[in-house]
Amino acid sequence: MSLLIKGASILGRTTADVYVEGGVVREVSTSSTTGPRSTTGPGSTTGPGSTPERVVDADGLVLLPGLVDLHTHLREPGREDAETVLTGSQAAAVGGFTAVLAMANTNPVTDTAEAAERVWELGREAGLVDVQPVGAVTKALAGEELAELGLMARSRARVRVFSDDGRCVGDARVMRRALEYVKAFGGVISQHSQDPALAGPSACCHEGPLSGELGLPGWPGVAEEVIVARDVMLARHTGSRVHVAHVSTAGSVEVIRWAKSAGINVTAEVTPHHLLLTTDLLAGYDPTYKVNPPLRPAEDVEALRQALADGTIDAVATDHAPHARHDKEHAFVDAAFGMLGLETALSVVSTVMVESGLLDWEGVARVMSTNPARIAGLEGHGAAIEPGAPANLTLVDPAASYVVDRADSVSLSRNNPWHERKLTGRVVHTFLRGRETFGG
Amino acid sequence: MTATPDALESEGRVVLDAGDIARALTRISHEIIERNKGAEDLLLLGLQTRGVPLARRIAAKVSEVEGTPVATGSLDVTMYRDDLRSHPTRTPHRTEVPGGGIDGKTVVLVDDVLYSGRTIRAALDALSDLGRPAVVRLAVLVDRGHRELPIRADHVGKNLPTARTERVRLHLVETDGEDEVRITES
Amino acid sequence: MTRHLLSIDDVTAEDIGRLFETAAEMHDVQRREVKKLPALRGRTVINLFFEDSTRTRSSFEIAGKWLSADVINLSAKGSSTSKGESLRDTVLTVTAMGIDGLVIRHSASGAPGQVAGWLSQEDRSIPVINAGDGMHEHPTQALLDAYTLTRRFGSLEGRHIAIVGDLTHSRVFRSNVKSLTKLGASVTVVAPPTLMPSGVGDWSKEAGFATSYDLDAVLPEADAVMMLRVQRERMSGGYFPSAREYTVGYGLTRSRLALLRPGSPILHPGPMNRGLEISPEAADAVDQSLILDQVSAGVAVRMAVLYHLLAGEEAGA
Repeated sequence: MSLLIKGASILGRTTADVYVEGGVVREVSTSSTTGPRSTTGPGSTTGPGSTPERVVDADGLVLLPGLVDLHTHLREPGREDAETVLTGSQAAAVGGFTAVLAMANTNPVTDTAEAAERVWELGREAGLVDVQPVGAVTKALAGEELAELGLMARSRARVRVFSDDGRCVGDARVMRRALEYVKAFGGVISQHSQDPALAGPSACCHEGPLSGELGLPGWPGVAEEVIVARDVMLARHTGSRVHVAHVSTAGSVEVIRWAKSAGINVTAEVTPHHLLLTTDLLAGYDPTYKVNPPLRPAEDVEALRQALADGTIDAVATDHAPHARHDKEHAFVDAAFGMLGLETALSVVSTVMVESGLLDWEGVARVMSTNPARIAGLEGHGAAIEPGAPANLTLVDPAASYVVDRADSVSLSRNNPWHERKLTGRVVHTFLRGRETFGG
Repeated sequence: MTATPDALESEGRVVLDAGDIARALTRISHEIIERNKGAEDLLLLGLQTRGVPLARRIAAKVSEVEGTPVATGSLDVTMYRDDLRSHPTRTPHRTEVPGGGIDGKTVVLVDDVLYSGRTIRAALDALSDLGRPAVVRLAVLVDRGHRELPIRADHVGKNLPTARTERVRLHLVETDGEDEVRITES
Repeated sequence: MTRHLLSIDDVTAEDIGRLFETAAEMHDVQRREVKKLPALRGRTVINLFFEDSTRTRSSFEIAGKWLSADVINLSAKGSSTSKGESLRDTVLTVTAMGIDGLVIRHSASGAPGQVAGWLSQEDRSIPVINAGDGMHEHPTQALLDAYTLTRRFGSLEGRHIAIVGDLTHSRVFRSNVKSLTKLGASVTVVAPPTLMPSGVGDWSKEAGFATSYDLDAVLPEADAVMMLRVQRERMSGGYFPSAREYTVGYGLTRSRLALLRPGSPILHPGPMNRGLEISPEAADAVDQSLILDQVSAGVAVRMAVLYHLLAGEEAGA
């Protein structure tokens, strides 16, 4: 199977033709290097002049390495009414992703090698993205005993990222042991930072003037910050590395910035919705906007954008959280937490970060592909687009403007906070090892 | 909503002037005394809103003639109307019944214009929730015909045949600065 | 007049004036032998209470019945979430029977508004009255409180009202601060710092009310004081260390009665914790405590609300 992508702007910089064969990039030829001076990699069975099976006209399009999502909820096993590995993979392909990390809070929880291999196999069956299972840090996400982290790492699923996401590993002793333990196999703990004592059981939003007026119980940004601060100190003490999931406050950004400057091995991700949506949207009590961490005020959104631009935050991760309608059609306090995100992530980042000049497309490749792949230890993804690299590629139309219609989603769920919003920048093709998984 | 009352009320024709009204009310007062054989147990209830000042005037006249005070009050029938659901809700006015209540009394309802009879039907329902009068009679300043229910007045100031397209309005010194009854095209 | 009564934001000062005029007439009905007005005859109203409440529910029930409406009480406590049925499904099922009005009490802030939205999406819009939603609002309570004060003062313009208690968790406070300022009164709220709502500093400046931690300083300046119920369970949340400390700092004790201007009315939405936030002397202060007046005002005001929302033609708003 051979593919020629003609005239794409690679990372928004050089325009070139990219020739793919056998799932690998064979040749990248810029317009000034046709003929004998084009770069042709080893193992190429055809040279310039042979006809590829498929030609994609990429004039005006930007070519990125396939996007990698560090944080997705595929809901299978347990809640196949909300999403399955197949439908989640379809949504991921639409969004330009070639690899996603599937969080462990399924039912049953992914806390054993067998459970991890089950999710991994479902991903392979679907065959649209590389589904990399995330393992739970503690058994049943209870926060008390370590799960079989080593066995999960040795399994065919090769789990490297562990997270109790949905819940915080609140006990400092357990977090310390986990950070120490994963050093043996290069694993990383992705922490959902939310101090359970500061965020009460019925808390449902950001605690601030608006929640005070609306009469909604909330939790303040500091409930996230105290855990981030604690964990970076534990990472330093244990000589391990820690990853902060879905950062949402300016205070957390300050802590992470300091920790990196102090040489602590910490990485961090931010969701597309935390880059744009604010807590003001809660005024109508619409549970579409109920999410954990909650939407915060504009000052936090501003700080997150700056942090993503300057590298304090390493990656964008969707935290795609599908929910069946009946889990959202409740009073705000009772509704489930979570928003969809796979299909719109690139468009949101383009609208918020690229259009405003905070990031260029090379930066987008870094935060949505290269860095996440490195953090997750995924070889074959996030690589530079050059001969020999696996052909995990995403083609983006940077100028395409559209209004999101939640009914068009391929996810099984409809809890979409982007409905009726205009976004600029859209994934047009996604290729997983040279095979097209999405072509819009 | 119709045009402001001021705009309309300068048109049409006056059918009762201040003098006509005064004479009509005097005659009604005497009829009430005659029918009741005096002023005993009499209670004049004016229907909100224009029936109320009329009831007071009649009561004053009766009291003057008979030499004893005559009880008056007001009755608001908004809640008893049969057309509540076809209009936006209206705020009710005061219903004030003197201390003795209406049980056993001769209640004379007083209203300005008798037309379909529906207001009086509502007033009778309102009365039955307030108590049990011995007798209920009706005094109106103008009867303009077009009854839709079997209702008749005991005392009428003036019979005024009208067309359905016409409007009959009572102005009183107490509320509008002058006494007159005017008919206009609506 | 508005279509729903979900919040005090739904009524203007003029609307409130009209409601009070109507309520005055309704008040008279309470004293008659035949406590009936036919205005809502043939209308069916459902009291859908997801949270326990005998007094508010019976107040709405009496109000509806005295207007000749058919009133049905449904207790939906825990029904939807425990059986896996969504709140939306529960409400659509209940209203599918063809009812004319819905009175909702729910422990979640914002629920009645969400319900009104779902009904209108399905083209099944009927008037929805908020009988208390979580910590958000209790509009009929605020209306009856203002009505009670209006009967005492005439106009509330320029009057200074103090509201004291657990403000963080109080929907009575949130509704009252809106209605009292709308009617021209000035409001000062008093609570310990842990019971002041988050972000109250900015919010109070915008909404035009004052805050204070010092009850003794505020009482002599107030024309009336409204004491809010404090739940003993809040102690376990660490909001205050003990009941007696709360009473000494923020209770309307017998000695604090002397700080009030002579004859200043005392209000309490009930139920009272006698001895905690309000002393028996204050609760029973002759001519000063209007707590029982509030209860009878409640029926009259709810009658006025039901009448104005349900009696007229549908295209009201």
